[in-house]
Amino acid sequence: MATELTPHAAMSLTEQLPVLQVLVPFMAAPLIVFLGSRGLAWILAFGTSAAAFVIAALLLGQVLDGSVISYHIGGWAPPLGIEYRIDAANAFVLLLVSGISAIVLPYARESVASEIPRRHHTLFYACYMLCLTGLLGVVATGDAFNVFVFLEISSLSTYVLIAQGSHRDKRALTAAYDYLIMGTIGATFFVIGLGMLYMATGTLNMADLADRIADQGANRTVVAAFGFIIVGMGLKAALYPLHLWLPNAYTYAPSVVTSFLAATATKVAIYVLLRFMFSVFQPTFLFEGNTLEFLIIPLAVLAMFAASVIAIFQTDMKRLLAYSSIAQIGYMLLGIGMLSQTGLTAAIVHLFNHGITKAALFMGVGALVFRAGGSFFDRIQGMGKTMPWTSAAIVLGGLSLIGVPGTAGFVSKWYLVQGALEKGWWPVAVLIVASSLLAVIYVWHIVETLYLKTPAKDIAVGEVPNSMLIPIWIMALACIYFGLATDITLGAAQAAAKGLLAGSSGMLH
Amino acid sequence: MRHHLILRVVTKLLVGSIILFAFYVQFHGDFSPGGGFQAGVIMAVAFILYGIVFGLGKAQAVFPPWVVHKMVALGVLIYAGTGVVSLLLGYGYLDYDAFAPHHPSHGQHYGILAVELGVGVTVTGVMVAVYYAFAARPARLSDEEW
Amino acid sequence: MADGTTFEYIVGHANYWLFSVLMMTGLYVVVARGNLVKKIVGLNMFQTSVFMLYISTGKITGGTAPIFPTDMKIDPAVVYSNPLPHVLILTAIVVGIATTALGLALIIRIREEYDTIEEDDILAAEKLMAAEDDKLHGESMGGRA
Repeated sequence: MATELTPHAAMSLTEQLPVLQVLVPFMAAPLIVFLGSRGLAWILAFGTSAAAFVIAALLLGQVLDGSVISYHIGGWAPPLGIEYRIDAANAFVLLLVSGISAIVLPYARESVASEIPRRHHTLFYACYMLCLTGLLGVVATGDAFNVFVFLEISSLSTYVLIAQGSHRDKRALTAAYDYLIMGTIGATFFVIGLGMLYMATGTLNMADLADRIADQGANRTVVAAFGFIIVGMGLKAALYPLHLWLPNAYTYAPSVVTSFLAATATKVAIYVLLRFMFSVFQPTFLFEGNTLEFLIIPLAVLAMFAASVIAIFQTDMKRLLAYSSIAQIGYMLLGIGMLSQTGLTAAIVHLFNHGITKAALFMGVGALVFRAGGSFFDRIQGMGKTMPWTSAAIVLGGLSLIGVPGTAGFVSKWYLVQGALEKGWWPVAVLIVASSLLAVIYVWHIVETLYLKTPAKDIAVGEVPNSMLIPIWIMALACIYFGLATDITLGAAQAAAKGLLAGSSGMLH
Repeated sequence: MRHHLILRVVTKLLVGSIILFAFYVQFHGDFSPGGGFQAGVIMAVAFILYGIVFGLGKAQAVFPPWVVHKMVALGVLIYAGTGVVSLLLGYGYLDYDAFAPHHPSHGQHYGILAVELGVGVTVTGVMVAVYYAFAARPARLSDEEW
Repeated sequence: MADGTTFEYIVGHANYWLFSVLMMTGLYVVVARGNLVKKIVGLNMFQTSVFMLYISTGKITGGTAPIFPTDMKIDPAVVYSNPLPHVLILTAIVVGIATTALGLALIIRIREEYDTIEEDDILAAEKLMAAEDDKLHGESMGGRA
């Protein structure tokens, strides 16, 4: 861009990391299609996911001390150019997304082979990589419109991935269609909000937006933009009354897709909500404080109870877990709504912990489906005897879902309760514990089905292949590990929460 | 294929000039309105028009579906590859200065040309692929039932 | 507000009125129509209204097309319109096309499986499937929602 002729200092590979994070999986998608080889497709997908995970870990290491990395795409400096901006909050989410992908893919090999026709495999992996690219891009970028573009890349590929479930149940098609309609409405609301912000401020760079909104204060355009962005992202995050697309999408999608999406897609939407609430709009604005306190918190509590109660009465394990996801999103929003260091830390830790817990559980169900051919309770009952390893991993995931001490779920709920008590909201603390009791009921339902009933007669006996079992167990052990060794997740989450609560550091970096 | 004589003649005349116009829009894109998106769509229009008038089979003989698929991927690879080259030369991703370090405005020119080419290839591929995907579905109604 | 200014207020914000009307029409079509293709049409109207909102804000009174002369001799007296909204919308249009194509492709697959593209018929068919599941695997709650 620059017109001066000073010699250019070559950038090192470390400086290129922010763009490589998104670029590596992005390049994999067209390569898979271009080579068109079924064997290479999986190798490329797994290799790039693993590389993305390494990059995310390196990035997190650089920003844990609270510093910010700014990468200028095409050499154009922000606020005019597109900026990738990595701080503790998004490096942590990048690590979660790329990590889940790297663990789900080895599992995918057998599961995809059993659920999706062979001729679709290369395109399936290409779509999967595009979805990963989109999710990583949403998190990495510091440009508000870029968020929309990456969001649509991930959403469009998600619709395709969900529709792949139609080879097992044709309802996957209508689930994908419903999600397409609602997801597009959500994304368009988000763009309307961005348009209003652009009208009010004349910029789209998030840090610059924050500066200019802080300067001019809240006017009606900014407030309207806030409303549109919250509703749009709320749809993507399955915020309670906007969750209607989620149960069917998760139930009928292929097991691999459900495992990946449940652990990452809604979490990324929550991250965008966080980013906009704290780094773009000022949390001190009255309208935002009011929205959080009088809208988000009641809805979050409602989600925790209503979705948990519905989960108890399900006869399909996948659908049960889908409703439980909606309830767990309530916990995260509750933490955000507290507007305090502890609450925000709890929300971010729960985002991570719930991601690994749900990945373990959905991969476990996928393994049961692999043998039993369905996830209805009367199909999978008694599988605790025929598939002891898978069932044990599911139980570990279930314990983490309840929040039993010693598991990852406990850490985040503990912080959530603490956050509520700090604020003096003891009824909320009681509600959190009470809704965990609901989780006990539905997790017990799973355990009872797996261990205390006799298996159906026509089911193939035996464990799933090791390539599926090992990823499930990595996730299940992670649920325990992050419940005992809390300093990694809590440290990163505390750094992230501190960075977010400090508001935007503006364009100074 | 005996009917629609005028349509067939006009199509044959037009297809060539549509493709030519697509190239014009493609290569003028870097300093006047135009570029890969528009050129790609215009290019695809030539094939789609041919397909509509002469039938899908003829169009797919000229432009087989597997080529279309590879084109979709190839264009994205050209685009991303341009960025990778600049990255390997020690510049930022898609920093076109890398292509002519001593004359940045020339570098910008080369860079935008490569990127627009990638966009054009992909858009052509995608539009034709969409047409093929819909047109190749077996008809649920016979012609008489309309 | 005097009559003259009210009139000016209404006319001066013509793009916002158009945007609101189109957006609400589109959203209404998505919600109210049972035909899946009509829903996609509504979705397109909804998206297009946003494109118009963006592009209309890029217009500067008296501004010309933002193309610099090739010799780069820029006359400071010439006012250029803001090109950024156009660029953003070019991207949004591409997203819109992809959404439409994917939506229609899904509709074709739905029609092949369900033999209909009317939402009521699809819901009825799915209700039957759910009832069958209930009979086979026990009662559940929540249904499609």
